[in-house]
Amino acid sequence: MIDQWDESTIWLIIVVLGIATYLIRFSFIGFMGGRETPEWALRILRFVPVTVLPALVAPAIMWPAATGGETDPARLAAACAALTAGVVFRNAVAGFGVGIAALFLLMNLT
Amino acid sequence: MAELSLPPRDLNRRALFLRGMMEAAPFNLAVIPFSLLFGVVAVEAGFDIAQIMGMAVVVIAGAAQLTAIQLMQENAPTVMVIVAACAVNLRMAMYSASLAPHLSHGPLKWRLVLSYFLVDHVYAMTIAEYPKRPEWSFHDKATYYMGLSLGVLPSWYLFSYIGAVIGSQIPESFALDFAGPIMFTALAAPLIRGAANIAAALTAVVVALLAADLPYSFGMVVGAVAGISVGVAVETWRATRRADHD
Repeated sequence: MIDQWDESTIWLIIVVLGIATYLIRFSFIGFMGGRETPEWALRILRFVPVTVLPALVAPAIMWPAATGGETDPARLAAACAALTAGVVFRNAVAGFGVGIAALFLLMNLT
Repeated sequence: MAELSLPPRDLNRRALFLRGMMEAAPFNLAVIPFSLLFGVVAVEAGFDIAQIMGMAVVVIAGAAQLTAIQLMQENAPTVMVIVAACAVNLRMAMYSASLAPHLSHGPLKWRLVLSYFLVDHVYAMTIAEYPKRPEWSFHDKATYYMGLSLGVLPSWYLFSYIGAVIGSQIPESFALDFAGPIMFTALAAPLIRGAANIAAALTAVVVALLAADLPYSFGMVVGAVAGISVGVAVETWRATRRADHD
């Protein structure tokens, strides 16, 4: 629980995180002035979503917080379904739809 | 009949804006459970409604918001809360960089506005569309962009609020806790194409799992850095090998 955090610290985090996030979004759109982003920067940045997102979700999929960290076959299978559908259809919405449908079915049929 | 008195350019813009909104509509299916999830998790963590809505409006980045809340629950130092949440948002620097050739020559006031609205599906849709539309002016691009964004943001605010209000009343069988991981899996999946991306993603997953016990989500940062390094190395190696063959 968050009781240990006083009101002003919570707001500080919200505001600083908001400003930092805004500056990250503004960064290249704001400062490139129509120039192409240098190739080496793009090369690194191109790998950000394909690494940050999987690194973020892998532990959450293997050890879901909702089951107290126990691997849950239903959730694991639903994540695999979302991954497979997203890869096959090359489409995030399709992947999400299939994953959620699989999760709902597996949670309620088993 | 007011529309008919508009000059043709503005009619065009209106059509572009509506097109953006229509194309963004399916993404509400992802945004609604995700914002509900945020509201529910935040209220259960002890945030009040003002803080929840403040965060939804000021940050508009669900994964980072959930990361911050999780770390606050783990009593991480304030600096680590912000650093980890920003690491989750670094993908937006990539969005910004790859959109820069299309948008960074526009008027500053527009770029300041567009930056606030740069969220995942807006990037995914615009980066697919702009290269096919060399005839679009900056304002055409900005209009389509805003349509995409405003097709989803009302749901984002509204369902963050609803999530906060209904709190823990959502039945467990909906497994709302898992809408976030499913959404991020689905967002990443179509991007993982080709040897370098596969190597990068696999490395990130393996290292993040191995490092999962590191405090304050450091495992995610370590996994991402390892994955990026491997991805860049594979890509560089393949590029030099191709050059050798020529």
